[in-house]
Amino acid sequence: MSLFLVVALPFFGALLPGMMNSAGRSACAGVTFTVSLMAFVGLLTNLPAVMAGEVVTARVDWMPLLGLNFTLMLDGLGFFFALLILGIGLLIITYGRHYLSRNDNMGEFFTYLLLFQGAMVGIVLSDNVLLLLVFWELTSLSSFLLIGYWKHLPEGRQGARMALAVTGMGGLAMVGGMLILGQIVGSYDLSVILQNREAIQADPLYVPALVLILLGCFTKSAQFPFHFWLPHAMAAPTPVSAYLHSATMVKAGIFLMARMWPVLSGTPEWFVIVTSAGLVTMVLGAVIALFKHDLKALLAFSTVSHLGLITMLLGTGTAFGALAAVFHILNHATFKAALFMSAGIVDHEAHTRDIRRLGGLRRLMPITFAIASLAALSMAGIPLLNGFLSKEMMLEEAHHTVLFGSHWLVPVMATLGSLFSAAYCFRFIGHTFLGPVRDDYPHKPHDPGAGMWMPPAILVVLVVVIGVAPFLVQDFVFMVAKSVIGDAAELKTKYIKIWHGLVPALYMSIIAVVGGLVLVRTHAPLQKLWETTPRPEAKVIFEAIVEGAARMAQALIHPLHNGSFTRYAMIGVIAMIAAGYHAWATGTVAAPVRELQVAGPVPIAGWAMLVAATVGLVAMHRHRLLSLILIGIVGLMVSIGFVYLSAPDLAMTQFTVEVVTIILLLLALNFLPNRTPVESTVPRRIRDGVVAVAGGLATFGLAYHYMLREAVTTPISEFHLANSYKGGGGTNVVNVILVDFRGFDTYGEIIVLGIAALLIFALTETLLNGPVRRRLLNRVPDQPRSGDMHPMMMVVLTRVIMPVVLLVGFYIFMRGHNEPGGGFIAGLIVSIAVVMQYMASGFTWTSARLRYPYHGVIGAGVLVAGFTGIGSWFVAKPFLTSDFTYVRIPPFHKFELATAALFDLGVFLAVVGAVMLSLESFSRLARRADTPESEYPMDIDPSRDDPDTAKMKEGV
Amino acid sequence: MTHWIILPIVLPAFLAPFIVLAARHHIGIQRVFSVAGVVALIALALGLVWAVSDGSVLYYRLSNWAAPFGIVLVADRLSTLMVLLTSVLALFVLLYAIGSGWDSRGRHFHALFQFQLMGILGAFLTGDLFNLFVFFEVLLIASYGLMIHAGGNARLKAGVQYVLFNLIGSTLFLFALGSIYAETGTLNMADLAQRVALIGAEETVGIRIAAVLLLLVFAIKAAIVPLHFWLPSSYAEAPAPVAALFAIMTKVGAYAIIRVYTMIFPPNLEATMGLHDLWLLPAALVSLAIGMIGVLAARKLDRLIAFSIIGSMGMVMVAISLFSPVGIAAALYYIIHSTLAGAILFLISDLVRTGRGNLDLTAQPPMRGTHMTAGMFFVGAIAMAGLPPLSGFLGKLLVLDASYGADLVVWVWAIVLSSSLISVIGFARAGSVVFWKAHGLGPMEPDAETARPATLAYVAIGGLFAMLIAHTVFAEKVHAYTTTVATELFAHDTYMSLVLETPGKLSDPKEAH
Repeated sequence: MSLFLVVALPFFGALLPGMMNSAGRSACAGVTFTVSLMAFVGLLTNLPAVMAGEVVTARVDWMPLLGLNFTLMLDGLGFFFALLILGIGLLIITYGRHYLSRNDNMGEFFTYLLLFQGAMVGIVLSDNVLLLLVFWELTSLSSFLLIGYWKHLPEGRQGARMALAVTGMGGLAMVGGMLILGQIVGSYDLSVILQNREAIQADPLYVPALVLILLGCFTKSAQFPFHFWLPHAMAAPTPVSAYLHSATMVKAGIFLMARMWPVLSGTPEWFVIVTSAGLVTMVLGAVIALFKHDLKALLAFSTVSHLGLITMLLGTGTAFGALAAVFHILNHATFKAALFMSAGIVDHEAHTRDIRRLGGLRRLMPITFAIASLAALSMAGIPLLNGFLSKEMMLEEAHHTVLFGSHWLVPVMATLGSLFSAAYCFRFIGHTFLGPVRDDYPHKPHDPGAGMWMPPAILVVLVVVIGVAPFLVQDFVFMVAKSVIGDAAELKTKYIKIWHGLVPALYMSIIAVVGGLVLVRTHAPLQKLWETTPRPEAKVIFEAIVEGAARMAQALIHPLHNGSFTRYAMIGVIAMIAAGYHAWATGTVAAPVRELQVAGPVPIAGWAMLVAATVGLVAMHRHRLLSLILIGIVGLMVSIGFVYLSAPDLAMTQFTVEVVTIILLLLALNFLPNRTPVESTVPRRIRDGVVAVAGGLATFGLAYHYMLREAVTTPISEFHLANSYKGGGGTNVVNVILVDFRGFDTYGEIIVLGIAALLIFALTETLLNGPVRRRLLNRVPDQPRSGDMHPMMMVVLTRVIMPVVLLVGFYIFMRGHNEPGGGFIAGLIVSIAVVMQYMASGFTWTSARLRYPYHGVIGAGVLVAGFTGIGSWFVAKPFLTSDFTYVRIPPFHKFELATAALFDLGVFLAVVGAVMLSLESFSRLARRADTPESEYPMDIDPSRDDPDTAKMKEGV
Repeated sequence: MTHWIILPIVLPAFLAPFIVLAARHHIGIQRVFSVAGVVALIALALGLVWAVSDGSVLYYRLSNWAAPFGIVLVADRLSTLMVLLTSVLALFVLLYAIGSGWDSRGRHFHALFQFQLMGILGAFLTGDLFNLFVFFEVLLIASYGLMIHAGGNARLKAGVQYVLFNLIGSTLFLFALGSIYAETGTLNMADLAQRVALIGAEETVGIRIAAVLLLLVFAIKAAIVPLHFWLPSSYAEAPAPVAALFAIMTKVGAYAIIRVYTMIFPPNLEATMGLHDLWLLPAALVSLAIGMIGVLAARKLDRLIAFSIIGSMGMVMVAISLFSPVGIAAALYYIIHSTLAGAILFLISDLVRTGRGNLDLTAQPPMRGTHMTAGMFFVGAIAMAGLPPLSGFLGKLLVLDASYGADLVVWVWAIVLSSSLISVIGFARAGSVVFWKAHGLGPMEPDAETARPATLAYVAIGGLFAMLIAHTVFAEKVHAYTTTVATELFAHDTYMSLVLETPGKLSDPKEAH
């Protein structure tokens, strides 16, 4: 079967259990089993080729430019691991079906399990390191989900996060390491990398790459000092512990060390780091395991210890070490998975895994006892079981290893590790199964159904068979070891033997077993000693680190983002000034090319007024009405400035905008207190002032600099001046720019205006439906209301003025193309005419007489402008292309008709609509339910004689 | 001259006023037109992408005036790619807004949505710097309208900060434009590229300051630290579909930087050396770090996502600030990824809000629809944190690969990798509290505040996921395409000659000089 299928089957199959969930637990487990079985058989079809020494490959390009490709390869090592993963997977699925209770969501469980299986198979079959990383992180993620499977347990959640954080960190480090490796070799393909031992080891980046990759391996395989997450991962359901956290996932790091062994090993750095980490882990794990009461915790630390053992073997860098490592991986997978499943059975039946509450299970659970004891004895290194064989090889290798110049260090440590290992194995058997039957088990235990004991039993059969007849697996183990070693070293050993003669390893083994027995005998006092010894608690430390990191993050982020806009603006402005200053300081300046003009008394006076108004505004900004007046002065002075600088269009626009803005602001001020409260301290105001002044000076400097200099070549405005009449049909260049040269900008800007009005409307609409409405209604005006809100004088005057203003607007609109004016200004003028009606006769009266809703006017304006633009498509010209012609309709003079005027009409409508809609929205806020809705244009009308007026007269 | 290129701008610009004019009281009609418009946009965008995929450049003279005297629109591979991304995102976001009912919780949602699209698409298509300013204004004001859609105190407060900070940006944009015009006398990008190259070594301060100010404007849009302050609260407080649409808004800033600082101020331009090439990369790294630290620090899910947006923009900017074809190619790949992932997360946060009434990162009873939402959050978080197998991881690899050989490579790698770890921890903590811890508590009281999310809402998020997965599976094609785009940016002869040598009304551009 294609390797792709082997990897893909679990992934696609992961959809099935979730779907089959409602069909029942057996159906769920059944599909999962079938999927795994298919992948397993698919893998086995490749066995002949692998045994023949071939490397089966499959390749699909994914991101060839990056070098990340879907390249798979199956050699001895990959096959070995894939066999473990899928084979044990089948057993675990069977076991899990019976282990999980009715309350557990089995579909979810098997989905995660298959995801994990796929990812794990992916790791061992990858021929591309980046692809390997993808699968690598996927195993971390699926492990996260599986550890946290029992969501209601806090241990599960914490354990899951811890595992993810630690293995995730390692994974990310490994990303770095692999990328370096790829850059050294020039390819991310493993087959290429494995060919480049010399190049890699000679590269100056070898050590960083090595450290980063080992960080990944050590975290994944729980090597000291990253071993602490594994015991906490035991919060997962036992099938998960047996599968991920003893047999497969934690071996991913070891797999990778084995995979990279030919290129990375053999250097002093590799030897020292890997061997010593493995050695420390082995001893430490074994010692801690002895004192654990939780069966799963005991097994977890024993796993840590054995992983250390394998790591140490790989670290030695010799071919024999690699062989021993491979063999022990196989043996460990068999006995440890069986042990975990046995522990799970005990937990399942007795409802506790606490070794202190157990004992005597031998009679109650004979089958489980047999399975667990054989597996544990194998782990202890008792002859005729497979653990003995690989442990002997390990001791043999240790005997020849010289670390830090000492011949004794490694052998002594290895023996010590074995000794403790034997001890906790004996304790596991003795304290759980031996001894008297108790009558205080939380639940009366008995052997479970075959579905649960059969999977570990199968493994134990393997334990015994390999232990008694190692030659059965000898070829296979050698084949795998050779694929690990590659061409890097030569394997001299030819056989795996039970009896080697009276070699040092045997003595070390005997010391270990005897010492183990002694330790178990003296366990009780030792345990007391252990309890009283202070030692770091990994979970507490880890939580403290994460919480500390989170608190530090909060201490950094929250004060920085404290919601103070002044602060944000200050930092922003400082950044701008600093960047600008840096650009200035690093550039070159030449002499100015323009002369400064002489300032006459008039401009100086105007300038002084502008400055005075601005300073006054800053000084008196808390008085809102006053500051509005000052703003008005500033606006007026700017308008006058435009007049002085010969920009009448701008002046008119600015002026009308000022009027409309002030009216709108006055309306808004109506709802606000007269004064702005003091919210900042004096130092802060000084700080803000300094920043503001610096910003102002910088702007001044910038403007000053540019005013004295010419553009690098002729500005495009020359073209506009030259072609305004010829091409745009207008002599007012500003207007031609607005409606023709850059009409598209104007199109955008009227849309901005329209949107602004729409959102003012939307805003008031939501305000009126919210709690603000109540506040507005309860508002007490701080000054007495006028009795005559709509005075006759005003009403009459505005009515008279209305047609005049409209005419002015029309005039301004029409002359726009050639003289100062245009749709924008005309729109503002007409708006002012209508606003006056509102002011004179009130909101209700005026809007009742309104025929065109302002939303519609805005929409129509934008549409008219848009249609003018599209119109040119019908004569095969681009959007907004203008045309003009001259017509004469007697008795008028000849006059110009330009399409630009139509566009200007759109501008006009949009402006009128936008201004009026904003005004209307504000007025709606002012409406009060208790205000009498007058149907008359003015409060007092001498020509009217009705009861209302009479009443009002009395009131006045 | 084909009119296709202007249609992505004109279509929403017609739909929006039409909706205001004719359909403002009928949410049903608005929805039909809005969705139809966005579907049409996707079709247009696909057409444009196809039209320029052979390396040709589309060009449009507005009002028929030739560049640099009039405004031109230019569509090359880069701009059409962004147009396509925007319209695809818009479709799903719109579907979500309709499905969740957000569009009917205030006024004028659909009109503002269309205007917003017009602004974004215009910014991508214009070839004129001042016109870019106009479109920035359109998208700013429309986004402000969308942001405060449906009102509420916190939202209005955040909205004020948003609009104020961006108005500072607009002001700065005007300063920058004034400076650039004063220095060069033109506003057309292609013309600017030519004229800036004419500036001699004897006086460079003017153009240097102009270049820096302009970059800061775009940096505000792209939310680069320390100009990012407007982002967290405004994105967090905005209605979720709006925040999801905003995922593309920061990319407008990134796009503008890519465009302007490869064409007008290319990295090898002597006059502007030693500026952004010096400090943009460190700033981007700080953004990345701050963003991901913010993920860890967040106390509410929406702010967590907002900070992850800052972080992902940092990542984009790291790649951009390498100013090399590989860097830009990686940045573009990551831009697509981060847009989709950001949108997905914001929409999911709304599922949470719908299901349990708030977004506090505290343990509360299981929300409505918890399994679906939790699953989606898990995948979304994987995407945003850049874990395999989704495109975030591929993008991260691309960025790391591209930065190999840069001066700051050690910093880049260290910060990219460690910030990934921080965000993984942050997302894991948040997800564990919101989704897992809930199971330790009892069932939820029946409550009017919460509801099971609508099917269309799930469909919309599912659609975005489908896009994200496609982005991962077809990474080869996308990355090959972004590489072509990036190469084209550094060899823009077709663009330049087309824009500057095609005559328009009344003019032969040569003659006018």
